[in-house]
Amino acid sequence: MVVNGEGDPPVTESSYRIRGATGDWEVVIGLEVHAQVTSKAKLFSGASTEFGGEPNSQVSLVDAAMPGMLPVPNAECIRQAVRTGMALEARINPWSRFDRKNYFYADLPQGYQISQLYHPIVGEGEIEILLDDKDEASAKRIGVERIHLEQDAGKLMHDQHPSFSYVDLNRSGVALMEIVSKPDLRSPEEAGAYIRKLRAILRYVGSCDGNMEQGSMRADVNVSVRRPGDPLGTRTETKNVNSVRFIMAAIEHEASRQVDVLEGGGVIVQETRLWDPDKSETRSLRSKEEAHDYRYFPDPDLLPLELSDAFLEECRASLPELPDA
Amino acid sequence: MTGLTELGVAAIRDGVREGEFSAREVAQAYISAVEKARLLNAFVVETPEHALAAADAADAARASGDLKPLSGVPLGIKDLFATRGVQTTAGSRILEGFEPPYESAVSARLFAAGAGMLGKLNMDEFAMGSSNETSGYGAVISPWRRSDGGNAPLAPGGSSGGSAAAVAGRLCPGATGTDTGGSIRQPAAFVGISGIKPTYGRCSRWGIVAFASSLDQAGPMARDVRDCAALLEAMSGFDPRDSTSLDLPVPRWEASLDPDLRGKRVGIPREYRIEGVPDEIGRVWDEGIAWLEDAGATIVDVSLPHTRFALPTYYIIAPAEASSNLARYDGVRYGKRVQPEQGGLTDMYEATRAAGFGAEVKRRIMIGTYVLSAGFYDAYFNRAQKVRSLIARDFADVWESCDLLLTPTAPSAAFALGDKSADPIAMYLNDVFAVPASLAGLPAMSVPAGLDDHGLPLGLQIVGKALDEQGVLDASLALEERAGFTARPEAWW
Repeated sequence: MVVNGEGDPPVTESSYRIRGATGDWEVVIGLEVHAQVTSKAKLFSGASTEFGGEPNSQVSLVDAAMPGMLPVPNAECIRQAVRTGMALEARINPWSRFDRKNYFYADLPQGYQISQLYHPIVGEGEIEILLDDKDEASAKRIGVERIHLEQDAGKLMHDQHPSFSYVDLNRSGVALMEIVSKPDLRSPEEAGAYIRKLRAILRYVGSCDGNMEQGSMRADVNVSVRRPGDPLGTRTETKNVNSVRFIMAAIEHEASRQVDVLEGGGVIVQETRLWDPDKSETRSLRSKEEAHDYRYFPDPDLLPLELSDAFLEECRASLPELPDA
Repeated sequence: MTGLTELGVAAIRDGVREGEFSAREVAQAYISAVEKARLLNAFVVETPEHALAAADAADAARASGDLKPLSGVPLGIKDLFATRGVQTTAGSRILEGFEPPYESAVSARLFAAGAGMLGKLNMDEFAMGSSNETSGYGAVISPWRRSDGGNAPLAPGGSSGGSAAAVAGRLCPGATGTDTGGSIRQPAAFVGISGIKPTYGRCSRWGIVAFASSLDQAGPMARDVRDCAALLEAMSGFDPRDSTSLDLPVPRWEASLDPDLRGKRVGIPREYRIEGVPDEIGRVWDEGIAWLEDAGATIVDVSLPHTRFALPTYYIIAPAEASSNLARYDGVRYGKRVQPEQGGLTDMYEATRAAGFGAEVKRRIMIGTYVLSAGFYDAYFNRAQKVRSLIARDFADVWESCDLLLTPTAPSAAFALGDKSADPIAMYLNDVFAVPASLAGLPAMSVPAGLDDHGLPLGLQIVGKALDEQGVLDASLALEERAGFTARPEAWW
């Protein structure tokens, strides 16, 4: 029996366990959900965000990172993130800032993603999930660590040429909200309930269409296992899982894999993994040693984001009534 | 019509208005001067057709009574400014052949004000340098030579070395420059012309190839203070496409020029008296003090205690920003691409950037990458940001006791090409007096004040409060009137 510390939110314990050869294991899950912000234009450019356009038909000079081009924040994307935060009863940070996350990849024209590491626009909030739809007593509150705004990357196309990859920048610069949960989830079912509830809230608020097939919502899944009562184990992060079913399957597979490793006398290495929906398994993408050094620093092209009281009031007034709020 | 190249910005504008000569005659005179001066390597690209088209438009505008503020004035444009359909390289081979489909905000404003473009001016690669020797297109040679008979080619300063050489050599009446840590002021001082870096945010950075975004600022370089004021008015103004652009009206700086400094207090920062600086720098500085007193100013001794940290702070922040700003030159979308046989994406990145960037740019990318890397961020970048705040506070404090500062622009006169290129630290020291105002975002101007023992120009710098370009221009004009600087390079090219 785990006893929560005094400062922790009340958490209904889950009875979900992986039955290993040497006993039961508890699964600890945190989700980082990337939700595409509903807005006509991108986060820092006026280009359209419409889904399904011809490749490279929705690319501004800024999105293509032409020399001398500068980002200008799109107020509607800011507003949507704030409204989302309010719907999660989260702390809204009236002062936030954009940082650059530096790495090279062909789908990232600037050579950096504009994101918010140090000062996100939304702080702590929570989402109440029902483990049994018909039973109010099955409610569990899942902490939200933060929501920050960031740019999406473009898309590589590997099937256009025998030896070259092509890149479509239509998604480059589209606004994403990264909604980071606390490691409060304890079973695939809880994770599924969390994603469904979050998606319902985003749809009510109108800040994301929640369309996972089109990629407007996807999750990085952090999973670790431990003996009930033990401290947190080492976690892995499985990137870009794009359906509720896959998220639940990825957790189940990854937790079992970790139990097998541990019971076989091995150790879990902190690493980034990929979900392969065809084989229903996760596999290693890169280890902590191979991890990028992103060299985050405040983006000098942008001023800190300062939200006025009037802006915050408008955001609040524009919120619809929320599901079981 | 060679006499027309004696005319500066205001004189051309006024002469065209008065009908003393046509704008086309002016353009032709300067086009011919540019062609004759190719030995100086000041221009990377010549655009006579652009200058002539603007001149013809000016002549037509005069006929219809429709003249604009810079009608008939042909300018040189530093190659850091994107110019639509005209090669824009930032002095780098990695952008060779790149013709942007857009016009930088500053050049667009100048052209909308009636100015034409004679060509794109050579510069240190990505504005990283103080001698123009880091250019991917060869060093610019200063039009100046030492009076002792030595014919060693001299550096025009940098990074706006092409702009400096072109204005001093009478190849254009004025030019755009950019200043990240002295790149307008130091070359202006080296070639005996005027140049002002306005308050950070006055000129839009949209369309200027980025070096260090929190420091980069455009400004004019011209033969005198009045011409700089006229050009700066046309270059400045709010631009919603640049989040750091100042949403303020542009003052009528030229019309308000007033060299009467009565009631003004000018601070002399004691930390700028540094060891190892030639006596003649101190001598010209003392003369400048006397001139400002003569203009009515009260001279006060002041202290900017963190001055000695400015250069190291700058050489952390500027490379850090540059290492990120230059990541986009990857061979994927535009510019140079080197694709090794059988190589993958990373091989292409490495080969492209190895071939496209010069040594100084690579050095700064490495420094910048290092100071932002895990484990060093707090010790270097974060600490430098804090010191930058202290330097800015030094200036805020000093404005309690004075309105302007007077300092030398650079710690020496122009040096010979090759003299310092092997020693980056010696090169960086050139900007020791220029960098503090850059870190604080303040307006600062260099005006020619005298000659050294070898007959080479020395500059004085006026630094003002944020947004007080008028005060900076007025004090600079007071210096200019008293310095009586008429020396100019003999045309040997």
